[in-house]
Amino acid sequence: MILAPAIMIFLFTQAADKIGKATEVTKSNVTLQWSIILIIFLPICVGLLIFGYYAFKGYYEHLPETSAEITDY
Amino acid sequence: MSNTTKPEKGMGFIIGASSVGTLIEWYDFYIFGMLATIISKQFFPEDSGTSALLSTLAIFAAGFIVRPFGALVFGRLGDLIGRKHTFLLTLILMGGSTFCIGLVPGFKTIGWAAPILVLVLRLIQGLALGGEYGGAATYVAEHAPANRRGYWTSWIQTTATLGLFLALGIILLIRQGQGVEKFSGEWGGWRYPFWISLLLVIVSIVIRMRMSESPMFAKVKAEGKTSVNPLKESFGHRANFKMVLLALFGAVMGQGVIWYTGQFYAQSFIENVCKINFTESRNILLIAILFATPFFVIFGSLSDKIGRKWIMLLGMLLGICTYFPIYKSFIKWTDPANKREMVDASKTTTGPAIGAVDAKDKKKMLVSIKYDSVYTDGAVFTFTKFDTLHFTSDYTGNTAQIGYILANKELPSKMDTVLVKAKAAAGVVLPEGISYVTVEKKSEKRGVVIEKSLDSNTYWWMIFLIFIQVIYVTMVYGPMAAFLVELFPTKIRYTSMSLPYHIGNGVFGGLVPFLGTLIVEFTKTKDNPGGDPLAGLWYPIGIAILCVIIGAIYLSNHIDDDVMD
Repeated sequence: MILAPAIMIFLFTQAADKIGKATEVTKSNVTLQWSIILIIFLPICVGLLIFGYYAFKGYYEHLPETSAEITDY
Repeated sequence: MSNTTKPEKGMGFIIGASSVGTLIEWYDFYIFGMLATIISKQFFPEDSGTSALLSTLAIFAAGFIVRPFGALVFGRLGDLIGRKHTFLLTLILMGGSTFCIGLVPGFKTIGWAAPILVLVLRLIQGLALGGEYGGAATYVAEHAPANRRGYWTSWIQTTATLGLFLALGIILLIRQGQGVEKFSGEWGGWRYPFWISLLLVIVSIVIRMRMSESPMFAKVKAEGKTSVNPLKESFGHRANFKMVLLALFGAVMGQGVIWYTGQFYAQSFIENVCKINFTESRNILLIAILFATPFFVIFGSLSDKIGRKWIMLLGMLLGICTYFPIYKSFIKWTDPANKREMVDASKTTTGPAIGAVDAKDKKKMLVSIKYDSVYTDGAVFTFTKFDTLHFTSDYTGNTAQIGYILANKELPSKMDTVLVKAKAAAGVVLPEGISYVTVEKKSEKRGVVIEKSLDSNTYWWMIFLIFIQVIYVTMVYGPMAAFLVELFPTKIRYTSMSLPYHIGNGVFGGLVPFLGTLIVEFTKTKDNPGGDPLAGLWYPIGIAILCVIIGAIYLSNHIDDDVMD
């Protein structure tokens, strides 16, 4: 749960740092690269956050042994 | 409810038919990566160097990134209309888009339309692949008896590596048959592997048309129990969604990075960092893959006996512990500083050089000089230094003398002395007493191309270390299909297993070459222009560490006897 926000902050600071340091020539390329990275990894971080929440709540202490445990909503 | 006694009659055909299509899809997908360097030259403006390569890798990565969306689209279709028809559709899409990539004219002909078209076709490839694997793995697993599920599905796992093998083999054959120059031209041989795909896909479609629907899905459908909304049932309910997240973070993301490091990053590293020549670097990978591929089946089969979890996690752990020593060895073995040259000509050798007048600018001359360094261990490293020279005035191109004094063979940044005497063009008035035009500005674009041919001993050690990495791949990937199939119920299996699989492999794994290259770029400074070549390994190692921790704590080693429900 803590890891996911930490990764998000790391990604944002890295993106700001690298885009800020880029020269005029490379700026568009660097911005594009970091946009791709952020677009991809931020939703995954949200997934990791939810995973952390489930783990924290103990939802993984019992894993389903039959499909009925999954499909009986 | 166990189906352990289910007869295995016909499994050969089921495996064969499923595998051929999957293998071809992987082949289609890989040829793009294999030809990234040529593609970057053909579809991007000249002189953009690393940025063109990065852009190509980005397009390559786009194909991976879009895979999870393909998993959602085709996974849903597979759970609604059936496995067979869905993966027939994905095969047609994949083959068609691959063939079309081979038809796109280069940047010189259609400008920016070229990379845009390639990107669109690459996205279609990625979408199709996103739907393919889940279908094939589900289809085979739903036919296989429970006590042999790991064994049978591991055959599907071999297709990814065999697809790479096929792609490499075909590219090498065409390249050797045509020669490097013809192969790399705008309409050269590099396009043939894309065109060959059409033929392979037609064969595969014919085979797949003969397949029947998965018996489990057919049963579920006959009973009217198919899912009405597979996406909602897969991701909208906590009971299933938590398993999707566990599959992703506890198994598949680690498997993805181990796989792409062992096969793609390894090849990219020995070619671009170690500078091993094109043919040798690919031969090394081909041989390593050939010897390691049977281990997919061995580990798949073993997972039927001892469970899937610890085999997969051990594969990741071994990767974490050994990647740095392995890649350090690659650098050490190919560094000229660690070898003894038979004739020391590295400092001040004047050799024959080739000069060519620039077609547009008669004051420019392109010079290049090629040196072979032979070492006591039998290795031969070829250095081709090139430079663009400016002259004080136009000249005829009838160069009387070109000399080259190398300051340093390997580094383009080291200034070389170029001695040139060129005859002035007609009408050019030269100062009194001077009969040749002279170099005004010594250098414009210096560079060096290094191609290393290894000695036999190093060559086999390299194969061994890549073989070791592919063994890790077989450990994490061999049991994976069975593991994923067992996590989810039949009616939403295609959707539920496809998404984590393609995020893990497509995003985490597929981005290994791109992010690895990018991380190395970040380490480049003025004092260290080459950066830290090993820095790119931190990405796969970091992801694998996280995955091992999550997997060890939360995954179950239980083998599900019944996947019929």
